[in-house]
Amino acid sequence: MKALMFGWEFPPHILGGLGTASYGLTKGMAENGNMEITFVIPKPHGDEDKSFANIIGAGNTPIAWRDTDWDYVKSRIGNVMDPQLYFDLRSHIYADFNYMNVNDLGCIEFSGRYPDNLLEEINNYSIVAGVIARTVDFDIIHSHDWLTYPAGIHAKQVSGKPLVIHVHATDFDRSRGNVNPTVFNIERDGMLNADHIITVSNLTRRTVIEKYGIDPAKVTTVHNAVEPLSEELLNVEHHKMKEKVVTFLGRITMQKGPEYFVEAAAKVLQKVHNVRFVMAGSGDMMEKMIRLAAKKDISDRFHFPGFQKGKQVYEMLKASDVYIMPSVSEPFGISPLEAMQMGVPSIISKQSGCAEILNHVIKTDFWDIDAMADAIYSIITYPAMHKQLKEEGLKEVNEIVWKKAGKKVIDIYNNLLNK
Amino acid sequence: MSAICLYFQIHQPFRLKRYRFFDIGNDHYYYDDFSNEEILSRIAQHSYLPANELLLDMIKSSNKKFKVAFSISGTAIEQFQRFMPEFLESLKKLVATGCVEFISEPYAHSLAALTDIDEFRRQVELHNQLIYTEFGQKPKVFKNTEFVYNDEIAAYIADMGYKAVLTEGAKHILGWKSPNYIYTSAGAKKLKVLFRNSKLSDDIAMRFSDTAWHEYPLTADKYMNWIAQSPKEEQIINIALNYETLGENHPRQTGIFDFIKALPRFAEEKGIEFWTPSEAASKLKAVDTISVTHPISGADEARDTSAWLGNDLQNEAFNKLYSIAERVHLCSNERLLQDWLYLQSSDHFFYMSTKHFGDGAAHALFSPFESPYMAFTNYMNVLSDFIVRVEEQYPLSIENEELNALLTTIKNQESEIEQLNKELRSLKTSMEEREAEETPTQPAKKPEKEEKPKKTAKRPAAKKAAK
Repeated sequence: MKALMFGWEFPPHILGGLGTASYGLTKGMAENGNMEITFVIPKPHGDEDKSFANIIGAGNTPIAWRDTDWDYVKSRIGNVMDPQLYFDLRSHIYADFNYMNVNDLGCIEFSGRYPDNLLEEINNYSIVAGVIARTVDFDIIHSHDWLTYPAGIHAKQVSGKPLVIHVHATDFDRSRGNVNPTVFNIERDGMLNADHIITVSNLTRRTVIEKYGIDPAKVTTVHNAVEPLSEELLNVEHHKMKEKVVTFLGRITMQKGPEYFVEAAAKVLQKVHNVRFVMAGSGDMMEKMIRLAAKKDISDRFHFPGFQKGKQVYEMLKASDVYIMPSVSEPFGISPLEAMQMGVPSIISKQSGCAEILNHVIKTDFWDIDAMADAIYSIITYPAMHKQLKEEGLKEVNEIVWKKAGKKVIDIYNNLLNK
Repeated sequence: MSAICLYFQIHQPFRLKRYRFFDIGNDHYYYDDFSNEEILSRIAQHSYLPANELLLDMIKSSNKKFKVAFSISGTAIEQFQRFMPEFLESLKKLVATGCVEFISEPYAHSLAALTDIDEFRRQVELHNQLIYTEFGQKPKVFKNTEFVYNDEIAAYIADMGYKAVLTEGAKHILGWKSPNYIYTSAGAKKLKVLFRNSKLSDDIAMRFSDTAWHEYPLTADKYMNWIAQSPKEEQIINIALNYETLGENHPRQTGIFDFIKALPRFAEEKGIEFWTPSEAASKLKAVDTISVTHPISGADEARDTSAWLGNDLQNEAFNKLYSIAERVHLCSNERLLQDWLYLQSSDHFFYMSTKHFGDGAAHALFSPFESPYMAFTNYMNVLSDFIVRVEEQYPLSIENEELNALLTTIKNQESEIEQLNKELRSLKTSMEEREAEETPTQPAKKPEKEEKPKKTAKRPAAKKAAK
């Protein structure tokens, strides 16, 4: 079966969980065999893993005809695209886009990030999708998250092939309810045009059904999974602290519920002193959190090391005794699974999608700081609690593999194609 | 086939309230009175009270040929006393027929037999006292908490003077042997062992209302036929059920009450009698000896102790609890001793079980906690407070032996003082009587001498008690 996928991020150049999830799923589907996947991203860097998917860069796809030769194309974009593909794509330009801001190859430049003119980039991405959909051979279209829904719809209109959209998050999660009407409309439009919708948790499924008014029959949950960590990361070096460490890792934004962590920390520190709290990450609520910690008079034990990337994340996890994710609304939440892989007991909010598939974690309501403090205290005080969560958690998380999730997605494809 | 022994178990633990770590040292009341009362009265209305009426009716209409045995934990009786005294009244009526026998068990439905024999004995005694004061019976047959049993425990049971013990007819112990005979224990030759017939018991307890079961619906006629068809030489069938089976686990509309009610009639038709366990133990001879090295129980598929002590959480909580047992025994604070009992109920450990798949369903069903981890955290917080209280009584820095010596000194002090006073008085009177001039110095010295060591002994002990 051949699938055309539209995504926004792809490892190693990722900005959030979307890239990791799209990558894992694609790979998991490939492991099931008999899948040919074309994955479109805005801006490939050339160092992406191409072993299980053909990667096409939207920024390297011509939308306006330019008379170039093989060697020139090879020298310009040879590291990310086969020149032959460029010429194939060039022969499928469907309208005159010379009025647009295109470069010497007739391509639109993409940032591949989340710039201020994001809506414009989304629109450009959808224009490019038209060219790709006319060039590539595929049976089904799969769009990852709202940024790529318009592209998916366009590809569906061009080809008449069924469209599956993958909801990794909705604007209700990102905004705690204050949705941006433009984003909402793009999301809803995608959902209405989709032949099937995949959500990453039942929590998100309910949001899609209730907030976007979608027919439950065409919404299916496929829980995310997690890639096994490399030996190098598992054995990463770290400074073992004398004191217990409780860690929060992620964007310090409203969605992640950082203030509940500060409050819970203050409660724990009233009783125990050999513990430090770490809020690693950056975000628009960081300064507020620093002030809150100061107000609670726990700044000497509450630390803000800033944004962590790559290996630093794992060093930080390795040095932790407890991982906490008090998200107010988390469509899935991959980070506790990574913590579990590193052998760190996790506390997560019941409002997180991953709570639906995890047993060996502590689940509390995001607002229940008493329960959260109690769980932190328990893990750092009672050795059996730490041991059992660590060992059973590791066993549990090792069973959550992308291959199983990929199988479910393939089943959904088959159902659609056999209709 | 000659007879059936029918047993009913009643147990309710004192469920713990939500107890956070910041309550440690501040709040010394651990129990969720509301849910304890709610659960007890709900089950009593659905099950215990109507079941009592049913049994009374059955005994009367069978001319006292129908007999039953009860084992009721001390914590359950305490809760009935507090929340449902009418149940005890109704049970006493049942007892007055003379067709009810009480079975002995550890007071708190604890697993003390596995780790602390002194505590085990103490609880059995306490339970016997309670049964005696409530119902005027002295139990002769023993049944450990959740049928937990092995040769070692058998020896302790025999040592306490019981002539028989009831345990689970676990397949991995019996093998090809039938549970329908009386055996003797390899741990105590004189102790007779009665085995619960798991299949026939669970046919009622677990499967009675299961419409997917191929024998559904189970009728008294059919059930008695099964029993009558067992080989003639077999002696006794022990059917042990939780009392909640009647009316709570299988609601009234499943027909469970009518089923039980019809049993004696069909039994009589087939010439099967109902015996009490002590009757069975005295009438029947043992056919063989059975050895059980690893403890068995009635729980889960494994029929071992893994339902309570199967993971790290359970073992840590259990070991922590019994690590202070010796110290608690030295205390005399009544509330402390009461909490000590309540905290030992096996249920607390059952809630911490992580057998999520298969058997885990039963664990989740009965647990007031969302997850085993929550159950553990809550219990450990309570236990931490309890330990703080024990330490407040006597600091842990003093060794148990030393403390014991000090406590005996204190205990003996009073009698010692009194004795010395007596001596003093008698000496004084004899002194006055003699009225001699040279004698007074000698007896006056004597008590002074003896008072000195007394004082030194008193001081540290008094300080500790004050702390």
